[in-house]
Amino acid sequence: MMGNKESFIVVDKVSFSYTGEPGAKEETALDQVSLTIEAGEFVAIVGHNGSGKSTLAKHLNGLLLPTGGDVWVAGMNTKDEHHRWDIRQIVGMVFQNPDNQIVAATVEEDVAFGPENLGLPTELIRSRVDEALAVVGMSEYAEAPPHSLSGGQKQRVAIAGVIAMRPRCLVLDEPTAMLDPVGRREVMETISRLNEEEGITVVLITHFMDEAVKAHRVLVMDEGRIVREGQPAAVFQEIDLLRELRLDVPPVIELASRLRAKSLALPEAILTVDEMVTALCQLRSGV
Amino acid sequence: MSIEIRGLTHTYNPGTPLARTAIKDINLTIEDGETLAIIGHTGSGKSTLVQHLNGLLKPTSGTIKVDGVDINQKGVDLRSIRWKVGLVFQYPEHQLFEETVWDDVAFGPRNMGLSDEEVRSRVERALAAVDIDMALAERSPFELSGGEKRRVAIAGVLAMEPSVLVLDEPTAGLDPRGRQDMLGQIQRLQAERHLTVVFVSHNMAEVATLADRLVVMERGEIVMEGPPKTIFAQGDKLGAIGLGVPEMTALMAKLREKGWDVPDSVLTVEEAEEAIMAVLRREARVGTGGDL
Ligand SMILES: Nc1ncnc2c1ncn2[C@@H]1O[C@H](COP(=O)(O)OP(=O)(O)OP(=O)(O)O)[C@@H](O)[C@H]1O
Ligand SMILES: Nc1ncnc2c1ncn2[C@@H]1O[C@H](COP(=O)(O)OP(=O)(O)OP(=O)(O)O)[C@@H](O)[C@H]1O
Ligand SMILES: [Mg+2]
Ligand SMILES: [Mg+2]
Repeated sequence: MMGNKESFIVVDKVSFSYTGEPGAKEETALDQVSLTIEAGEFVAIVGHNGSGKSTLAKHLNGLLLPTGGDVWVAGMNTKDEHHRWDIRQIVGMVFQNPDNQIVAATVEEDVAFGPENLGLPTELIRSRVDEALAVVGMSEYAEAPPHSLSGGQKQRVAIAGVIAMRPRCLVLDEPTAMLDPVGRREVMETISRLNEEEGITVVLITHFMDEAVKAHRVLVMDEGRIVREGQPAAVFQEIDLLRELRLDVPPVIELASRLRAKSLALPEAILTVDEMVTALCQLRSGV
Repeated sequence: MSIEIRGLTHTYNPGTPLARTAIKDINLTIEDGETLAIIGHTGSGKSTLVQHLNGLLKPTSGTIKVDGVDINQKGVDLRSIRWKVGLVFQYPEHQLFEETVWDDVAFGPRNMGLSDEEVRSRVERALAAVDIDMALAERSPFELSGGEKRRVAIAGVLAMEPSVLVLDEPTAGLDPRGRQDMLGQIQRLQAERHLTVVFVSHNMAEVATLADRLVVMERGEIVMEGPPKTIFAQGDKLGAIGLGVPEMTALMAKLREKGWDVPDSVLTVEEAEEAIMAVLRREARVGTGGDL
């Protein structure tokens, strides 16, 4: 892929090693990764434990700098110290462990921390904090100390903190790992809404294949490389490859594949429960 | 080993403006050798409940008996309770603290006064069980990916070979294969060593396949209890308290709305396939030859 600096985010032949010494194979967390993300896109990244997802994510806002290659955000190189502040404002990040993200004594101060850092006027901060907490269903806990929250509550607060910053790009590293099913759905709806209605670019890292299905594009990582890339409907047809890579497909896609093997004439593009219901009902009524 | 919980209430920061009663009047008996899953909305009290099982949290009122012994009575050696009841925290970071992965997993067995040889063999077995490569053993546990950290935290508890294994969201952050392998390991250990397993999970499909019995929590109380098939047949009730049913159970419910005669006890892809094929076969929409 060419490093087209016109694109919103360009990852150009990036290698990264935590020891700083490229070469030793097992120490290479990223291996010549190239990737372009356009403004307004919703990209999902999947891959086995240790495949390099979080390492890649931390390159998108300059938290980690490439050992080899370059990352460009809105035309700025993340290695350029003058732009570090601008880049952090453009790309907001929710970390895999929300504990690492908690900085303040109360939930609302914690969520206000980012907007305050941006130097926004007090009333605007107030309204953004209230709104962000409402979006994640945590208004009731505004005055609670963050360390006293349950696991899922911390995860919601971390998401609110980034939403309150209104970045142009949201990078979310397993934001729903500890949420209950309804919480997971709510967070996914929020992410989709921010993407569709506010045009915020979204990069979502997840081990839930049914979440990756919601993205415009899915990247599959293995051993520090991107090994597949495409629309969910295409990527998730490759059931055997995904299983080889320690991944899976959503149950609905597996069911569709099994039913096709029993020679039911189901269309290729079944990704959700509702699509499955529609397809089965059409089949049954002989349409 | 069985655990008996009677009238258990826990209030955090009692007597302060931040007082919060996280669980109230819980009565529950965990039978010897059973696999019990606890599900519930965020903040419903699951972690608070399981942290009482090895004496880590003290009841505000009520009792916990492990093998007939009230663990919060004076004179009870809590260390020996923790060797019997192994607890893996929701966040592995809260559990990892040694310089290397090896030392972290060896910490429990060493503390138990086992021989160096026994410690070594237990660490090796535990790391193998969670699929952590020996090449990572000398690394700091903080220099691992999220899923690798969770595996090491689980290994640390497995290495103590407890009779009761308590796991707070053990598969969160594991890749899909890792989830399956971990569940397989738990099942294997349970069968081989007659372990009692208590685990908290938000993954309904996983709960459906692993657990003998489910406990559903809501606002600090147990609101439902029973085998997975019975609980998941009550999709509306679960939905009302912020939970769901496995995806295949949801699919069957929607098909029933459209007039399909499929059962409400379907949990897995295999069962769903069978149920759909049965309907179509009855209506002869598909051929009757071959394996149909
Ligand atoms: N701080 C660190 N120091 C050294 N090695 C690290 C560090 N963090 C991660 N690694 C290693 O780099 C590789 C990639 O890790 P990364 O965290 O990017 O994986 P991941 O795809 O996010 O995995 P997971 O799904 O478990 O979160 C792994 O082999 C991991 O052991
Ligand atoms: N250390 C603490 N101090 C004060 N309140 C706490 C503390 N820990 C938990 N709580 C509160 O107690 C309630 C129950 O929390 P708990 O961690 O048991 O929930 P949970 O069911 O495990 O949730 P999750 O699914 O999000 O992990 C929550 O309202 C939480 O905010
Ligand atoms: Mg990660
Ligand atoms: Mg919890």
